[in-house]
Amino acid sequence: MAQVEINVNGKLRKADVDPRLLLVHFLRDNLNLTGTNVGCDTSQCGACTVLLDDKTVKSCTVLTVMAHGSQVTTIEGLSQNGKLHALQQAFWDNHGLQCGYCTSGMIMTATEILKNNPNPTEDDVRHNLDGNLCRCTGYHNIVKSVLAAAETMRGA
Amino acid sequence: MGLNTFGTSLKRREDPRLITGHGNYTDNMKLPDMTYAYILRSPHAHAKIVSVDTARAKQHPGVVAVYTGKDTEALGGLPCGWTHPGLVTPKHNVIAKDEVNCVGDPVAVVIAEDRYTARDAADLIDVEYEVLPAIIDLEQAVVGHESARVAEAHEEMHHPEAHEHEHTPLGAEIERELASEIPHEPEVTEAPGPRPVLVHDEAAHNTAFKWAIGDKAKTDAAFAQAAHVTKLRVRNNRIHASAIEPRSALASYDVAMDSLTLWMTSQNPHIHRLLMSAFVLGIPEHKLRVIAPDVGGGFGSKIFVYNDEVIVCWASKQLGRPVKWTSERREAYMSDSHGRDHVSHAELATDADGKILGLRVHTLANLGAYLTLFATAVPTYLYGTLLSGEYNIPAIHCEVLGVLTNTVPVDAVRGAGRPEATFLVERLMDTAARELNVDPVEFRRKNFVKPDQFPFQTAVALQYDSGNYDATLDKALELIDYKKLRREQADGRKHGKYIGIGFSTYIEACGLAPSSLVGALGAGAGQWESALVRVMPTGTVNVYSGSHSHGQGHDTTFAQIASRELGIPVENFNIIHGDTDALPYGWGTYGSRSAAVGGSAIVTAARRVKDKAIKLAAHLLEANEADVEISDGKFMVKGVPSKAKSWLDVALMAHLAHNLPPGMEPGLEFSAFYDPSNFTYPFGAHVCVSEVNADTGEVKILRYVAVDDVGTQINPMIVNGQLHGGIAHGIGQALYEEAAYNEDGQLLAATMMDYALPKASYLPSFELAHTVTPCPHNPTGVKGVGEAGAIAAPAAVANSVVDALAPFGVMHLDMPLTPEKVWRAMQEAK
Repeated sequence: MAQVEINVNGKLRKADVDPRLLLVHFLRDNLNLTGTNVGCDTSQCGACTVLLDDKTVKSCTVLTVMAHGSQVTTIEGLSQNGKLHALQQAFWDNHGLQCGYCTSGMIMTATEILKNNPNPTEDDVRHNLDGNLCRCTGYHNIVKSVLAAAETMRGA
Repeated sequence: MGLNTFGTSLKRREDPRLITGHGNYTDNMKLPDMTYAYILRSPHAHAKIVSVDTARAKQHPGVVAVYTGKDTEALGGLPCGWTHPGLVTPKHNVIAKDEVNCVGDPVAVVIAEDRYTARDAADLIDVEYEVLPAIIDLEQAVVGHESARVAEAHEEMHHPEAHEHEHTPLGAEIERELASEIPHEPEVTEAPGPRPVLVHDEAAHNTAFKWAIGDKAKTDAAFAQAAHVTKLRVRNNRIHASAIEPRSALASYDVAMDSLTLWMTSQNPHIHRLLMSAFVLGIPEHKLRVIAPDVGGGFGSKIFVYNDEVIVCWASKQLGRPVKWTSERREAYMSDSHGRDHVSHAELATDADGKILGLRVHTLANLGAYLTLFATAVPTYLYGTLLSGEYNIPAIHCEVLGVLTNTVPVDAVRGAGRPEATFLVERLMDTAARELNVDPVEFRRKNFVKPDQFPFQTAVALQYDSGNYDATLDKALELIDYKKLRREQADGRKHGKYIGIGFSTYIEACGLAPSSLVGALGAGAGQWESALVRVMPTGTVNVYSGSHSHGQGHDTTFAQIASRELGIPVENFNIIHGDTDALPYGWGTYGSRSAAVGGSAIVTAARRVKDKAIKLAAHLLEANEADVEISDGKFMVKGVPSKAKSWLDVALMAHLAHNLPPGMEPGLEFSAFYDPSNFTYPFGAHVCVSEVNADTGEVKILRYVAVDDVGTQINPMIVNGQLHGGIAHGIGQALYEEAAYNEDGQLLAATMMDYALPKASYLPSFELAHTVTPCPHNPTGVKGVGEAGAIAAPAAVANSVVDALAPFGVMHLDMPLTPEKVWRAMQEAK
């Protein structure tokens, strides 16, 4: 077993874990943070996307021990003081989700897209979402949601 | 918010929990003392199981139990729910015992304290296989069948590119050699020649059924009159449903109560309970509770009874502990039912004036290794009946062979049969127009069923109730500016720019379905839907529906429906679905039926509630029942605005029962079981404008315009969302997706690395518009929208690519239209 200390959504978590334990399973099974989902096991679908030290990673292909000493932000850590993040609000306003399974990963990836480029074009958004798959929406309203959030965040 | 939200784009009520990571998907659940199952699956397409040695796995620390096919042999086989005369139904064991018939067939299951240990221990199971020859290719599988000869005869007049797909899975010599090694050679009725490879010995020529629809003599007569006959061989590619949430099941056996609860990824929990109870597990129906919580997309793949969910139920009862299984993606692709996979030969007869006289179709439908729940209905009643499309075709004959191969079973995937029919018809329309040298738009128009012809009886059983096909086409042409676009296309071709314009003027039959009709056709299921509307003492309402929502937004649209009926604000409704112990029996969600059938059940139940509430209100208001109406959310006496009772007043009195009209029972709730009198018939015109890169063969979609008529819209935002997803699904099938096997039956597209789902950058934003022709036979006028996009889009895309390649003389290409395939077609032309 390996000892890890990871700051997850602002809370320091200490645990003894199997060295091969995937970060996504640590989040879901050990911490009950089940908003982060597993869809493909091979880093294509992006349902498991979280922020590791402010960069997106596919948590299904990161070992928990690799996150030792780091900060992890999951979908549960995104809204502050009960107020939805602009991206969460935009996904709701623009019907950016249907079954909701890919949504956490989509939103986490979108935070990085807008951090890197606060004023993206539709094309920018589409290309930067290529690591996240959705089977329900055809991406139409996801793209619309991200563009709407960008506008809100620029105004804020 | 206004009281009546029906018809408005109300934001979804289910979203707050989903956007904050609080969805309640099956794999999220944990129970005390829970164990994890891992299923060891066959790596071979076809093999005898000589032995399974589980000794080492059982000794592995953390392993609770290991089971094989011998342990579960007393269980019933997995059921097929739709029968045909003469249908051959091979037994589908829960865990394979003597033989595996496709890659992915379960061979053993490990139950362990955690999921990693279960997987480790599976590596310690020693299975000895004796590999048998496998049959993978659809056309090879039926060689020798009397009806296959039809296909062979057609083969001679193929378009040359069809030969790309012809291969011999196993050379005749190898085949003979392998066959001679099989011990206990079963009797085969065939004449001399190499022994055919059979998936199951009982199915000669690997044929599970032969099915036909339409009038053959009349169709032959029509062809005898024809001025022109257009011939086309079409392969409809095999696809993965690919819900992003993999299937999952958690079973918990309660020893004290001798009852079992199963949480699972289901589109239809009652069907799962019924079939597992009656046919597989032998647990009395009232001792089995199936709960489908949040489900992360279905697209058909979560309709059927699979091995895995049976295994966890059975194992939980053996062990007295909860057992959870969650599919990995690779497992999902080799265990979730696949979709489509047809090879068809079609002929369209036209007269000298370009009017269609007849259509003749011969289809081989791949069913895979076993017959799953709706497998026999999809390529027959959901396919053959749609072959008239939007057209007035006086004579149609279609024959289908249901073919067994050593591949994962094929069943319903979004559209189920109707995409295959639409693709065939719409590709034929374009091909015929091209051969006749007329514009594809004009050729379609000339043959449309016209508005004054409804109700229209097709030559393939359906009676279309309503429609205006010219209207959707007109609107689509206006949106794309058709004439200008054709000019741009012509200009572009002069400069090596290859733009194509593709149409798909489609119809679908959904809102499944009148129960007596499907019963007469062989269904082992009814197709009505249930609802229970329960007003509580304070006037808030629970609505229970037999439909299941896995992305469709029923929490929102069902509240909108009930709110309009009762004049109670949507926020006062709780929509409950997915729990067999909470709900009246229901048939679930597939075939675009939830709004049209499930929604109609809600309307019916709500109207019963309203009738009683008005009676009670009239009593309390000391007014005539006929003078009481619900207005602005209150019970009012017409013409006496000062007299009113609230829902709270009426609901409370219904429960206190201190002052009820004589003979009225207490309480305020009604259920309804709504059985539709016909299918619903959404239709529309989709136009795809694409550009083919002449250097790389890459197809880029420039514009996608869809004008759909899905009847009355409860929530236009959700309607459009359903269309977006369906169109993307259809574009995926047309350009990218193929659940490919190699000749040995290895699934090549077994992960999302190998299976090309459309990504955001592959797709354009969609341009949608609508006409509204309400469904004439249900109380809301709703038709259904979940599958329309997936039904229409493949033909629109393929037609646009073939149109773009017209200067190269390309007449047809089979999906998916990958850059390589398109590039090769262009090179051949050069």
